[in-house]
Amino acid sequence: MTETASPPATEAAAGVPGRARPWPGLARWRDFSLVPVIFVLGVIGFIVSPAFLTRDNLIGVIQQSTELGLLVLGEALILISGRMDLSLESTIGLAPVIALWLVMPAHGARFAGLELFPAWTAIPLCLAVGAAVGATNGFLILRLRVNGFIATLGMLTMLRGLQVGISEGRSIGNVPESFAYLGKADWLGVPAAVWICLALFALGGAALGYLRHGRALYAIGGNPEAAKAAGIRVDRITWIVLAVGGVLAAFAGILYTGHYGAVSASQGNGWIFQVFAAAVIGGISLKGGRGTLFGALTGVLTLQLVINVMTLGGVPPLWTQFLNGLIIIIALVISRFTSGEQQD
Amino acid sequence: MASTGHTAPGPAGPAADPAVRATGIVKRYGSTLALDGVHLTVRPGEAHALVGRNGAGKSTLVSVLTGMVRPDGGTVAFGGAPAPGWGDTAAWQRKVACVYQKSMTVPELTVAENLYLNRFPGGRAIRWRTLRARARELLAEYGVAVDPADRIKDLGVEQRQFVEIARALSCGARLIVLDEPTARLDAGGIERLFGKLRGLRAQGVAFLFISHHLQEVYELCDTVTVFRDARHVLTAPVAGLPRTELVRAMTGEEPAAARPVRTAGPPAGEPVLRTEGLVLDGRFAPLDLTVRAGEVVGLAGATASGNTAIGETLAGLRTPGGGRITVRGRPVRTGSVPHAIEAGIGYVPEDRHRQGLIPGRSVAENATLTVADQLGPLGTVLPARTREFAHRMITSLDIRTTGPGQPVAGLSGGNQQKVVIARALAREPSVLVAVRPTNGVDVRSKEALLGVVREVADGGSGAVIVSDELDDLRVCDRVLAVFHGRVVAEFGSGWSDHELVAAMEGMAAGGSGPGGPRERYPGRPAGTDGTDSTDGTEGTAP
Repeated sequence: MTETASPPATEAAAGVPGRARPWPGLARWRDFSLVPVIFVLGVIGFIVSPAFLTRDNLIGVIQQSTELGLLVLGEALILISGRMDLSLESTIGLAPVIALWLVMPAHGARFAGLELFPAWTAIPLCLAVGAAVGATNGFLILRLRVNGFIATLGMLTMLRGLQVGISEGRSIGNVPESFAYLGKADWLGVPAAVWICLALFALGGAALGYLRHGRALYAIGGNPEAAKAAGIRVDRITWIVLAVGGVLAAFAGILYTGHYGAVSASQGNGWIFQVFAAAVIGGISLKGGRGTLFGALTGVLTLQLVINVMTLGGVPPLWTQFLNGLIIIIALVISRFTSGEQQD
Repeated sequence: MASTGHTAPGPAGPAADPAVRATGIVKRYGSTLALDGVHLTVRPGEAHALVGRNGAGKSTLVSVLTGMVRPDGGTVAFGGAPAPGWGDTAAWQRKVACVYQKSMTVPELTVAENLYLNRFPGGRAIRWRTLRARARELLAEYGVAVDPADRIKDLGVEQRQFVEIARALSCGARLIVLDEPTARLDAGGIERLFGKLRGLRAQGVAFLFISHHLQEVYELCDTVTVFRDARHVLTAPVAGLPRTELVRAMTGEEPAAARPVRTAGPPAGEPVLRTEGLVLDGRFAPLDLTVRAGEVVGLAGATASGNTAIGETLAGLRTPGGGRITVRGRPVRTGSVPHAIEAGIGYVPEDRHRQGLIPGRSVAENATLTVADQLGPLGTVLPARTREFAHRMITSLDIRTTGPGQPVAGLSGGNQQKVVIARALAREPSVLVAVRPTNGVDVRSKEALLGVVREVADGGSGAVIVSDELDDLRVCDRVLAVFHGRVVAEFGSGWSDHELVAAMEGMAAGGSGPGGPRERYPGRPAGTDGTDSTDGTEGTAP
């Protein structure tokens, strides 16, 4: 086609201003749409079981949200900039395993490490592994221009296999004290992991709202060509975001390992579905350029509360998986219609 | 309606039924009238040219004639019989086919498969031997020298077009629409294409030829129809039609007094933008361009002429093959948008939906994309400063919006374009490069937008307008006409419409540039010989 057809077509498209938003004010509240849902879940929980509204139970729910929350934080940043990374769920297990492998004593323990570095370097090493995984994804997606979905799917499988190979398929216990501290310490009566997670969400939210490069993520995800034409270094920033996602996943691995005192061979297995569900329920667009970290956080809390209420309500454990999936589907459908946007 | 149409007896109809007769076709898109009661008749064996400037309605008519778009009114008849029902694709394919600039073949499949796609001979199972034999026969019948076992992607543009024509003819179509068929062919390819078309015409096949190159119209066609502003203006035999008459019909030029005479601007200052030997293989030949302070320079050129590529290269979106760009005497790193912006080149992209705007984000955010580093210390972006900046832009450009926070998708086309220009002006550039800045906006916004460009120049910067719209080019102090990647003519502010259009369409009638009317392709740059067949239209950056 020549361009002769385009002026009437563009005019027709642009000639219906505000057709998607009858109430401009409503859009601003979309990020808070899960807050009433969380409240309703609380009421249901209270009715179902007196144990729900206890301090221990609520702190338990929040603590369990931290590891998933950090993965969602990383995935949300990546999704906002218009990419996706499935391999985060393997990074959460692989990064601690490699870090521990490098620092654990070569003899004595059940798991023989290499003892190449002192024990205190376990955390920095773990984060570095996460960054390396993210950077590798960036190389595949941005340099080699392979499909991001398949590339990170391949990474997911490969990294899981690498973890199994290194750990010989066993759990790794006796982790160094420095490594386990963050996951099990309590600060001001609340697990340190909760404070850290909240701080990172606040930091991320502030970066997206108030930093030049944070704001650029929305531009890149919303219309990469326009971002490029406006002088934003699209590839470089996307690469950094992918690396940050890997670091956050590795950090989630540190918290998880500390929390349970060991790295299990299946750490993070199957989480990526929950991660995507939480992000999408929380209003992050899979097409990129839309969503807030606050929304993502409410998405995480919603999912965890549902699981908690079901457990307290005495749902047979054999049925929880079914109900979990069902609730994700229902939540997706609801958020599809409340936001008024297609989520493909 | 096309589906229920009947043959209207035309005045002085020829003996045979026309290959196609369309009468009273009306098509509306929203409030825009794309076709206003146009008519067109093509006789069997005729080569009929359909010409008109962009937006004249040519493509819409082609869509109507090929059954892709349902007209709001009027009738279409093929060979005296009413057109097939709307949506009956197979029936339409037996009547008419269109060879688009963009190939409608499947590149990964063989020629034979493409020829018989979805109508393989035989039963359910594909009999490859028969298929190939039939394809060979078909190709031989129309004299197309292509091996049916070749994959389409391995063919050149020319051969692919032949395959598409052969496919159309094998469906039974006796009318072929050719949409800019020569845009990506070299001179030899065009000769061969024209030779083939002449041969097919002898067999009674009719062609509707859509081209920006009037020279080719004169070489190939018997009859020409001119559309302008969605209306039929002229149908006449080519032989007796002077070129000036044809160009006048296309431009509808009124007496010269109708054009507002630009007040003589301040004497041009020192050069703000200079290119030396800037070249992009396959797009434009080495270009030496100087834009002075206070000056608006137009780069006029039709689709695929290379003028858009020049604009994109100046903006850093394309990496030139060689040459230098300097802004106020300082060299600019080419092929990097951040460097171009830093050097003071503001850019208004061709298509605001594709490259200009982030639809879901607010007016303020879109307008401040290029100045995000000036809105707060240490890489922060302070909302208050962003809003203040956006407010300034909204006021100075008169953007109609409910406020800086309104999503830009909710604005009208003209106001969206103003946001794009605001973004380009946000850094107070030394030179503004605007590609088709009034694309798809209404008349009043057009004036406002062009006024802004003029003001930028009057304020001591330079401006380059890359466009094929004569209205855009009127604000320019100088206009360079680009044809096949080369500047073929230069005009001062006193140009007349038909001089400029003639130069843009490859007939350097009034231009001072190289290449007389007889030299058909003056200085086509190396590389446009149809080898890069991936993208069909200009401006599709990889």
